[in-house]
Amino acid sequence: MIKILLENTDKVDQVRLEKYKQRGGYRALRKVLTMDPPAIIEEVKASGLRGRGGAGFPTGMKWGFVPRNTGKPTYLLCNADESEPGTFKDRILMERDPHLMIEGMAIACYALNCHLSYIYLRGEYEFIAHTVQRALDEAYEAGVLGPSVLGHDFALDIHLHLGQGAYICGEETALIESLEGYRGYPRIKPPFPATHGFLASPTVVNNVETLCALPWIITNGGAAYASIGTEKSKGTKLFSVSGHVAKPGVYEVEMGYPLLEFINKEAGGIPNGHKLKAVIPGGSSVPVLTAQECEGVGLDYESLLKAGSMLGSGGMIVFDDTTKMPEVLSVIADFYAHESCGQCTPCREGTGWAAKILRNMVSGTGKWSDVDLLLKIADMMEGKTICPLADADVMPIRSFVTKYRREFEALCSS
Amino acid sequence: MIEFSGDGKRRYQNILSHYPEKRAALIPVLTLAQREFGWISKEVAEYVGKLMGYPASDVLAVASFYTMLHKKPAGKYHMEVCRNVSCWLKGTYACVDAIKQRLNVDFGGVTADGKFSFALTECLGSCGTAPAMQVGDRYYEDLTPASVVEIIEKLAND
Repeated sequence: MIKILLENTDKVDQVRLEKYKQRGGYRALRKVLTMDPPAIIEEVKASGLRGRGGAGFPTGMKWGFVPRNTGKPTYLLCNADESEPGTFKDRILMERDPHLMIEGMAIACYALNCHLSYIYLRGEYEFIAHTVQRALDEAYEAGVLGPSVLGHDFALDIHLHLGQGAYICGEETALIESLEGYRGYPRIKPPFPATHGFLASPTVVNNVETLCALPWIITNGGAAYASIGTEKSKGTKLFSVSGHVAKPGVYEVEMGYPLLEFINKEAGGIPNGHKLKAVIPGGSSVPVLTAQECEGVGLDYESLLKAGSMLGSGGMIVFDDTTKMPEVLSVIADFYAHESCGQCTPCREGTGWAAKILRNMVSGTGKWSDVDLLLKIADMMEGKTICPLADADVMPIRSFVTKYRREFEALCSS
Repeated sequence: MIEFSGDGKRRYQNILSHYPEKRAALIPVLTLAQREFGWISKEVAEYVGKLMGYPASDVLAVASFYTMLHKKPAGKYHMEVCRNVSCWLKGTYACVDAIKQRLNVDFGGVTADGKFSFALTECLGSCGTAPAMQVGDRYYEDLTPASVVEIIEKLAND
């Protein structure tokens, strides 16, 4: 299977600039520096690349929204705040091939006429910060970054910025607020970051994995990238798989790859003779799929949507037939209650309320009426808040309770 | 009156140089302050606020949003054990019990010698190597009740 992102992650000393260059690194950057920025954006549009952080918005189109000649600087922010439960795909890229991310960022910056860019890395990944900072230092020393990128008349500074523990800062407007030095409260959109982002200037926020696909697209062309995958989901995608599988880890597959084959082949199947019960295909905030619903599903945006779930971040969690679904939902609900920023009442109150009900159920003090109450709370939260965190709680609540209702009812006594 | 060390002052200037506006440096400066003083006390917030030109209440309002900025003293080794789905599936709470027993502290507690503190945390992004915990700039993965005790022994003798 073709590898675009993980091609070199298992190679010796790939983190070093010298090795990265020996294996073809920074050639794509050299190529773009001779191109017209609008032509680069067209190439990315033609590739069909969509944002890999979770939302799946077309990258080239996102870049196209950035106004030119506003008199303000344009900023590119690399979203390395990977925190969606089940997701650990960006860290492998940063730990093992940090220059790929830096090259992708430099390409994006040149296309967007951006001269100052930040990597917003979650603070927990401080051990990765050392690797990334070393790579940045090397890039500056080699003239890949700095006043004259690879000897061209283009200046670029990239700084590493560490978050300090807040899931919500992965949401792009919260990330911007946090980067500006405030509590990570998401902003009301519009205005969108494309026109009013970091320091009220035009800003693009792209996920690590998205940026890492750019060198390949520039080298091989947008059409080549678009020839991989399905009709609407182009290229390859990283899936980080965990839970009840024999070989948890990060795998790169072509979009559209069959979900069950992925679990049974790549991830090594369900261990200890157990059977598949359920899958969360794209991080804890996407609806759960029952084993039956997984049949015939492909790992791409459209197929997962059709099956009733979403591709999300590609953070897949697999559950075997010993799993008690109300307990899983309780863990998930506690997470969203903890991570709600508190700005919007439906989310602040709703996530906490649902979490409390589920804790009661799991500890045996739930009531029959609680099952429907959970669904009612979900209705009361959905679509009523500034950012999608409440919806991210609604999706697991609704799907778990609806699909495994009997398990929830069995826990309730009165 | 507290003050950054010489090295801290150099780092502070370096942090400021990364941002077009001073305010953007606040969270990295708080991170630095935590490294210098251990946690973000009211006194630390006042010092950082004075240094950067913000009221202490503003500084604390920001600090209180972020779980990694401590609002009370933490141990030299602050152990954050992931409680999220994949870690939970793989037996995080058995490890938690082992830690509690070895350190004789509960969540949020600090050992009498000030060496260890311990908390549950949300997804660390180590789901494929669950259960996991973070101690400063290190991750410990594929934990077992036996391995967490070993890790504590090693750190205790450090």
